[in-house]
Amino acid sequence: MLQAYFPVFLLLLFGVGFAVFTMLLSHFIGKKKPTPVKLSPYECGIKPIGTARIQFFVKFYLIALLFLLFDMETIFILIWAVAFHDKSIQVFALIEMVVFITILLVGYAYVWRKGALKWR
Amino acid sequence: MGNVVFAIIFYALVVMVLVSAVAAAFLRNIVMAAFALFFTLLGMAGFYVLLGADFLAITQVVVYVGGILILLLFGVLLTHRSIETLELETRGTYVLGIFGGLLVYGVLHYFLFSVSWPTPLMKPLEPTTAAIGQLLLSKYLLPFEVSSVTLLIALIGAAYLVRRRDT
Repeated sequence: MLQAYFPVFLLLLFGVGFAVFTMLLSHFIGKKKPTPVKLSPYECGIKPIGTARIQFFVKFYLIALLFLLFDMETIFILIWAVAFHDKSIQVFALIEMVVFITILLVGYAYVWRKGALKWR
Repeated sequence: MGNVVFAIIFYALVVMVLVSAVAAAFLRNIVMAAFALFFTLLGMAGFYVLLGADFLAITQVVVYVGGILILLLFGVLLTHRSIETLELETRGTYVLGIFGGLLVYGVLHYFLFSVSWPTPLMKPLEPTTAAIGQLLLSKYLLPFEVSSVTLLIALIGAAYLVRRRDT
């Protein structure tokens, strides 16, 4: 069973390893002659005003909330899709999933209608 | 050989979860605490994998690491910066925190020793996702559909939160 996770482990290893490796490489072989311009967040852009740690617009939170709900829906669709290989329950499973998604579509339509997806 | 690998992964995860959990609890910078929590939650997913609960591991990554943590970070970014610099730690918060932690531990302790655990740990474990899916489509059909209604209620609740005040 654990052997089945070896590709996942490799992916994690390469993902983290690549980031760490390139950062260390540039740290050790790069030349460091800092000037105030070079140290600014955008070397050839607009001068930053204030800090980046500002109070964000509340709308982001709602988008995250909606994302989380549809994220949950994805989890249900995932197990449904894996169980779908069993031929004996396919028709029944399809009907069940249509019911499931229809119920959630009602919610989606409601959220849309109420303007929760609109950026104002 | 297999047991040694298992033990190495297990203890590496233990260190990762404990260190990051302590960091999440004690770091002063709330954004850094949220990032520490990321490693705690990811480590828990690793434990689920070790225990052969593959579906639980996927759910942990998708919902907790990918969803709830994002929500938490957004919540942090929405708060005003002055909250971070406030002295939030008093003796009262420590006492409350320890009391809450002990309460949660008490519940976990009770279930740890009152529930019988049918699967021996070292047995080769089978993937569980397909079996859970089949049970969900047969024996637990009603909970499956009820869960969609629960999500619907949450969606309507979210829409209600952002309703126009004038309508």
